[in-house]
Amino acid sequence: MSTLLLIEQVLNGLQFGVMLFLMAAGLTLIFGVMGLINLAHGSLYMIGAFAAAAVAGATGSFVLALIASLAAAAAAGAIIELVVIRRLYDRDHLDQVLATFALILIFSEGTRWVFGSFPLFLDIPDALAGPVMLPGGIQYPAYRLLIIAIGLLVAFGLFQLIARTRIGIQIRAGESDREMIAALGVDISKLYTLVFALGAALAGLAGALVGAIQSVQVGMGEPVLILAFVVIVIGGIGSIKGALVGALLVGLTDTLGGVLLPGFFGTFMEASAATAVGSSLASMSIYILMAGVLLFKPTGLYGSA
Amino acid sequence: MSRATLLNAALFLMLPVTALAALVLDEPFIITLATKVAILALAGVGLNIALGLGGLVSLGHAAFFGIGGYAMGILAHHAQTFTPLMEAPFLLEGTKSMPVIWVVAVIAGALAALAIGALSLRTSGVYFIMITLAFGQMLYYFAISWPAYGGEDGLSIYVRNGFPGLNTLDPIQFFVLCFVILALVLFCAGRLAAAPFGLALSAARQNAERVETVGLSPYRLRLLAFVISGAVTALAGALFADLNRFVSPTMLSWHMSGEIMIFVILGGVGRLFGPVAGAALFILLEHVLGGLSDFWHVYLGLLLLLVVLFARGGMIGLAAGREVAHD
Repeated sequence: MSTLLLIEQVLNGLQFGVMLFLMAAGLTLIFGVMGLINLAHGSLYMIGAFAAAAVAGATGSFVLALIASLAAAAAAGAIIELVVIRRLYDRDHLDQVLATFALILIFSEGTRWVFGSFPLFLDIPDALAGPVMLPGGIQYPAYRLLIIAIGLLVAFGLFQLIARTRIGIQIRAGESDREMIAALGVDISKLYTLVFALGAALAGLAGALVGAIQSVQVGMGEPVLILAFVVIVIGGIGSIKGALVGALLVGLTDTLGGVLLPGFFGTFMEASAATAVGSSLASMSIYILMAGVLLFKPTGLYGSA
Repeated sequence: MSRATLLNAALFLMLPVTALAALVLDEPFIITLATKVAILALAGVGLNIALGLGGLVSLGHAAFFGIGGYAMGILAHHAQTFTPLMEAPFLLEGTKSMPVIWVVAVIAGALAALAIGALSLRTSGVYFIMITLAFGQMLYYFAISWPAYGGEDGLSIYVRNGFPGLNTLDPIQFFVLCFVILALVLFCAGRLAAAPFGLALSAARQNAERVETVGLSPYRLRLLAFVISGAVTALAGALFADLNRFVSPTMLSWHMSGEIMIFVILGGVGRLFGPVAGAALFILLEHVLGGLSDFWHVYLGLLLLLVVLFARGGMIGLAAGREVAHD
């Protein structure tokens, strides 16, 4: 395997990782602050992608499409928080799982109703469609580099938000003691809606960004949702730092596993069997990674208790 | 007799009555639907052992359902193509015999539940939900990427497997077979809940520290419950695959896990006959609403949302007027 190809795959893994981070960050915030497990997070990702595809189709502007994805997902998040999620905070996890599973059914079929079963396409803007020459003679798609940049920028912004702003202080306080900050005069229900909408907006942004590489279709959020769960389990629930580390680990493992494992088995097996075993193992690699982390740290890399 | 007991008896008898009526009216499709309800209820009864008794919210039970399905698919596939399952170190042939397939499915489901449970039960709460979901998904992707048994397309079986003395291709005979199994498993599950093991398991759900203080290990109780639960669900999977004469990765997908959980919840968590009511309602909805609109999942979602938010004891809870402990 050439070094160039390897570097390219590492970049692909990074790109996948930062996308997962956008999903996992929202999930882990929502869990950390409200103690809620939200299966419908993948639906918000899908809503972001559909909003972006619809706006891009109508206006032709990619920037407007991204703004639309943020706005639509945040609005959908705020609405479901006000109507449904709010009633679930003091319920057990089983009720939360079921209610948010019900939301998935409603959102997925509702979207199919409105947009039909055929996938939509979201085009990469012309300026970003070509490859970029990186130092060392590596050609890499400009759009994917942009995704990595946006992802890292959002991660940085999120860390700043949590660490340095008043809202960040309230979020952290909410994570450690809900009753206390309510007693101190913070409007806790407003804070909850805000955190939920923020998480939703991140998921929507991820959906729109990925939607331009893949197709925009019903159910696109679910595989990503489950990977985001794996990320959170690895990183530790409630930890943004854990989400970032976990997302990059999962992104790299998944991408590199798919490339390297068949070759690795090819060194001592015949080619067709090596491809079969390698690709099967590659599809399981991130779950094996998760099981490995669980064996040594049941609460994840950065999880507390 | 309490209202709940009467209701349970009525629910349980509803299935064979429906099937018999369909036999008289010559509606084999209705018999097949009743069979489907019995099989899905069986899967729900399996999940309910972990969920209702043990309080283990597993979102990965499709794994065991699918493993049961693939146990049937792989054995029957080798039997119908006359290729041995393996030649070394000893010759192992496929089979078209249901009892053998069931035993294999139950053992495979139990082993998978042992492995997944041993890892997942190191955690609890939300971690447990996510991890069971992730392991289920792992098997799903494995089934898709493993080309030997059809990959994404799944495996078709030409003729339904045989049971000694029965013609399983006759819908009513296959229904009776599935119904008897459901009845037996319900009986055993009822006995299990009342046995010392079931009581200890319930206690571990309510207060794990106290159980530990009296010298029992909650981890081992839960693991055993998870294994039994996985084995029962795998048996249901084998029957389901035989009903359709088809097995595919869809049986392993997390939507399946969600649906099995819906059967339990619609009926009422922790109630022995809850899954029977839930599965019957689900299939009824699928056919009534599915006939009205292609988008019936929207209504299913709304109904589920209403049940979760406002009717916390499920259907049986509403009808019997009393909630069971739900924690």
